[in-house]
Amino acid sequence: MKLRIVLAATVAFSLSCGGGAGDAERVLIQNKGSDTLVNVAQAWAEAYSLVHPTVAVAVTGGGSGTGFSALINGTVDIANASRAIRQSEIEAVEEGRGLTPLEFVVGYDALAVFIHSDNPMDAFSFAQLASIYAEGGAIETWSDLGISVPGCPSDEIIRVSRQNSSGTYAFFQETVLDGAPYKLGSRDMHGSSEVVELVENTPCAIGYSGLAYATDHIKMPCVAVEEGGECVAPSMETAINRSYPIARPLLMYTAGEPEGATGEYLDWILSDAGQCILVEGGYAPVRGDLACDIADG
Amino acid sequence: MHPNPASQLDPPATPAGPTARARHGSLHRRDLAWYLDKAVGIVVFVGGVSAIIFILGIFAFITKEGMTFIFGDMNLKEFFTSPNWRPTDAVPEYGALALIVGTASVTGLAMLVSVPFSLGAAVFIGEFATGKVRESLKVLVELLAAIPSVVWGFIGFMIMKELIEDVFGVPVGLGILNAGIILGLMAAPIMTTIAEDALKAVPDTYREAAEAMGATRWQIILKVVFPAAKNGLLGAVLLGVGRGFGETMAVLMASGHAIQLPGSIFDSIRALTATIAAELGETAAGSPHHGALFTLGILLFVVTFIINLSADLIVRGIRKKN
Repeated sequence: MKLRIVLAATVAFSLSCGGGAGDAERVLIQNKGSDTLVNVAQAWAEAYSLVHPTVAVAVTGGGSGTGFSALINGTVDIANASRAIRQSEIEAVEEGRGLTPLEFVVGYDALAVFIHSDNPMDAFSFAQLASIYAEGGAIETWSDLGISVPGCPSDEIIRVSRQNSSGTYAFFQETVLDGAPYKLGSRDMHGSSEVVELVENTPCAIGYSGLAYATDHIKMPCVAVEEGGECVAPSMETAINRSYPIARPLLMYTAGEPEGATGEYLDWILSDAGQCILVEGGYAPVRGDLACDIADG
Repeated sequence: MHPNPASQLDPPATPAGPTARARHGSLHRRDLAWYLDKAVGIVVFVGGVSAIIFILGIFAFITKEGMTFIFGDMNLKEFFTSPNWRPTDAVPEYGALALIVGTASVTGLAMLVSVPFSLGAAVFIGEFATGKVRESLKVLVELLAAIPSVVWGFIGFMIMKELIEDVFGVPVGLGILNAGIILGLMAAPIMTTIAEDALKAVPDTYREAAEAMGATRWQIILKVVFPAAKNGLLGAVLLGVGRGFGETMAVLMASGHAIQLPGSIFDSIRALTATIAAELGETAAGSPHHGALFTLGILLFVVTFIINLSADLIVRGIRKKN
């Protein structure tokens, strides 16, 4: 008896909300993948449940690779990723489900290069960073870069990196090292905040991580693609206007053309309302002309 | 402790004297106590064989997970001779040499640190200390063994790092030295306890005989007790090695986690265990990377199994001889 009243109320409510005709059933969207995106994805899910009470979005982290394997197995509707899908993963989705994965860019994340606050270095070119990090690169000491770092008598460049399953590791490798393997011997930290912590306390160190993890005690030099080219410092503005060169897209994937609730959800994420939530999370939106104050409603 | 008291009562009740037994209820064979006894016997038996079942189960599981890699992408020569561990690159490389060398060097240094400490402690506790000093030392050593490894790792990451940087002037104090000392301190309590047992197993008649011949305290320990306890002491050291090989958390935090063939004890290294811990969480099940990590697990399992088994056989050998 009681149950019937609640059901009736739900139907009446969802109809009065102007949802599609006969759209009374609760829809569950499964959303899984990148740990970089997980906080924003959670915020999206919560905000969306206020706009569309009949749609529930379940968000899980676990890494980009985890999201793709769930997409292959067919256990998610949307996979989150901070790296592009690999050819082998595309083939696995096609083979397993007969659908082609479709990519949506939902935002951007700037990767900053971090050095100790006492380090006099102000600018890096891609060539210099590659020579420091990539296998075969000649730069091993700070004096190779023409500077001496106070508090670093050994002069050795301590390379701080990420564990190899991280999307950040893969993106830095692709963009800055041009796909070349990393030099052996970098300290591979297990999280962005560990990278920042180690570089903060080590005068000889250099590291990289998402801009959202920067602190006041760390230096972020500007980065130029070409030697002598325009050097851009990482910031929200330079990430939005796409002038900062190490900004990676944050991605969502569906198997085949998204339909129904999933499609509406993705449209909403790309709308002003969804994009403003992304900006609050410390990432850059896909469009520069976003007006977040107006988009509140 | 009798192995199975119930078995004595096992022969079925003869129909000859049921009335006599009924009068003395406590002697009735199939009462509550009998079932309880039987049940406890079964529980103890299951507990006893469960260790074997678990070991076999674990081995079957990691082998099954590793097989996809071993019979797929694995190149035996690359795995054992290349330091290049790049499982996520466009052209993946699965060289585990740097990881094996990393684990071996940290374990080696840990033994250099812990063997003198724990042998010294065992000799003092077993041969010199008496009464309250001896008892409280034993309790303290056992307490030391109970400190969680993540706490040791934290000490390495926060305190030892700065200390090594200040004392030796190296840029980063995370490496073989740091991890080796931490691991050595972790292994020492276990080694002390077992070494002390080995010393205690040497019959007092040996000591008395040596003393009667005019040997000093040190001569007795060095020339009589040590040779007699040699196998037990070796077993203690090997158990310490096994502990060092398998330790994960403390090594992950104190070693610097860098894949390279170390050139000095200040270099950062990456251990086998730490690699599994750091990478397994983000690999897709069934991928070659996933299988490769389980293959590292098989390697670890086999090595620690051999070390522990030989330690056990050595210790057992000395017990039997005495």
